[in-house]
Amino acid sequence: MEFFISQILSGISVGGQYALIAIGYTMVYGILRLINFAHGDVFMVAGLMMIYLSASMPLYISVPVVLILTVLLGFLIERAAYKPLRSAPRMSVMISAIGVSYLLQNVALYVTGGQPTTYPAIPFISKPVNIFGVPTQWVTIITPVMVIILVVLLTMLINHTKVGMAMRAVAKDFEASQLMGIKINSIISITFIIGSFLAAVGSILYFTKYPTVVPTSGAMPGLKAFVAAVFGGIGSIPGAVIGAFIIGVCETIIKGTAFTVFSDAFTFALLIVILVVKPTGLFGERATDKV
Amino acid sequence: MMSNAILSIQDLQVNYGGIEAVKGISFDVPEGEIVTLIGANGAGKSSTLRTIAGLVKPKSGTITYMGEDITGKDPTAIVTKGITLVPEGRRIFPDLTVKENLKLGAYTRKDDLSDDINWVFDLFPRLKEREWQAGGTLSGGEQQMLAVGRALMSRPKIMMMDEPSLGLAPLVVRGIFDIIKEVNKQGVTVLLIEQNANMALKTAHKGYVLETGRITMSGSGAKLLADESVKAAYLGT
Ligand SMILES: Nc1ncnc2c1ncn2[C@@H]1O[C@H](COP(=O)(O)OP(=O)(O)OP(=O)(O)O)[C@@H](O)[C@H]1O
Ligand SMILES: [Mg+2]
Repeated sequence: MEFFISQILSGISVGGQYALIAIGYTMVYGILRLINFAHGDVFMVAGLMMIYLSASMPLYISVPVVLILTVLLGFLIERAAYKPLRSAPRMSVMISAIGVSYLLQNVALYVTGGQPTTYPAIPFISKPVNIFGVPTQWVTIITPVMVIILVVLLTMLINHTKVGMAMRAVAKDFEASQLMGIKINSIISITFIIGSFLAAVGSILYFTKYPTVVPTSGAMPGLKAFVAAVFGGIGSIPGAVIGAFIIGVCETIIKGTAFTVFSDAFTFALLIVILVVKPTGLFGERATDKV
Repeated sequence: MMSNAILSIQDLQVNYGGIEAVKGISFDVPEGEIVTLIGANGAGKSSTLRTIAGLVKPKSGTITYMGEDITGKDPTAIVTKGITLVPEGRRIFPDLTVKENLKLGAYTRKDDLSDDINWVFDLFPRLKEREWQAGGTLSGGEQQMLAVGRALMSRPKIMMMDEPSLGLAPLVVRGIFDIIKEVNKQGVTVLLIEQNANMALKTAHKGYVLETGRITMSGSGAKLLADESVKAAYLGT
């Protein structure tokens, strides 16, 4: 029983971390119809920046600085690599995204010299705690709570503010949005800023539990988060979050059995089954593409 | 150039890659009037309006609005100055409610919108009944009303309309044209594009005929309606 509780807890926590990354994928897809392959690497870079910055400044400074720098990175990637291709075929933008992904990994390799670097212990969230008699870290509890708070805030932003209304409009129709006077480039930038911010928060929570960062550290969580976004119906924020929790829990349960080596394959098998049954994912919109 | 022209187009040329869509047209829109541009498919009507709205950058020519050169300005600047476009095919936001669509029409404004929303609801009582309905669930005619209402929310001086009668039943078309006249009476200048030349010329003070990127004829609505070649080409009589 204790083992089961511990598995579920840790699954929810992993799911929460995937959720924070998945929102970035799903929002960018929603507005640009682009799979931002660089997103997982932005997550990794946030981890590395934390390691280097926390070595020279206290955490109450380095944490906000990492959040700001990650947001800036996401913003700059969009401006430099995607915006110039706004009217190019979607495939060209995808290739640009793959290019950025490798660029970030290579830069990380250059900076770290290929040595795994150890993530700093963040006081409080890495402290041990007992829940229902199961020993774990505070981060396990904090992650899902944080995800819920952030998702509620994000949903309010999207549904009840002028900017949110503009985001929904731009996601549907660039030209009509421009005719309303919406500056679509600003709205797209805001989308990348939100996505990168959440990925940075996710990286703090994730690397507290898996405390080494290597240049490919973003690849697997990035891929899982992407799967979660597709699973939930890409473009849908609630879909991405629910998808991420489902994948996190299933994956952790499998890791607790004799089939642990198959946990990644299982994730994809699950995705395939869902897509066969419901091709647009759990909460996907009908296949009405952007005009 | 007429002195009372609120909008004046000089030698406007629009290209898409190698395709010359508009080949140097000039026309004036006098303040307070309804002006129509008629022409066959592919004549360059939409391209002209899209260029004025700032969606497309012209190859050459000038667009003058209230004495100011606005050629090549971005769409946000154009709407803010008081020129709005009701686009071809309506292009309302299907997932947003009627009310949200209207609010987006006033996106560049920072003042209170309640008077304007009431004004639009007075013009289109059907929209008021459907305030909370998603735009995409409206009928074609209601969507056209929403597109017009949304454009009016920017408090335009000029409202450009690209084929508002497209795909609508004759009765609904008449309703839309009544609204155009009503809005015009309230002081909004209208630049209207139509394939329904009969209706457009009856409504307009002034008309231009556009053929494959060039203006071939102009005059009062009544004069063009009576013209034999216009009759043959656009009125099917
Ligand atoms: N985005 C575009 N790219 C390339 N060519 C275009 C584009 N938009 C319009 N054209 C071309 O420009 C020409 C004029 O098109 P436009 O849409 O202005 O005509 P129109 O008079 O509005 O026709 P319709 O009555 O069918 O709407 C056409 O030959 C069209 O194929
Ligand atoms: Mg047209």
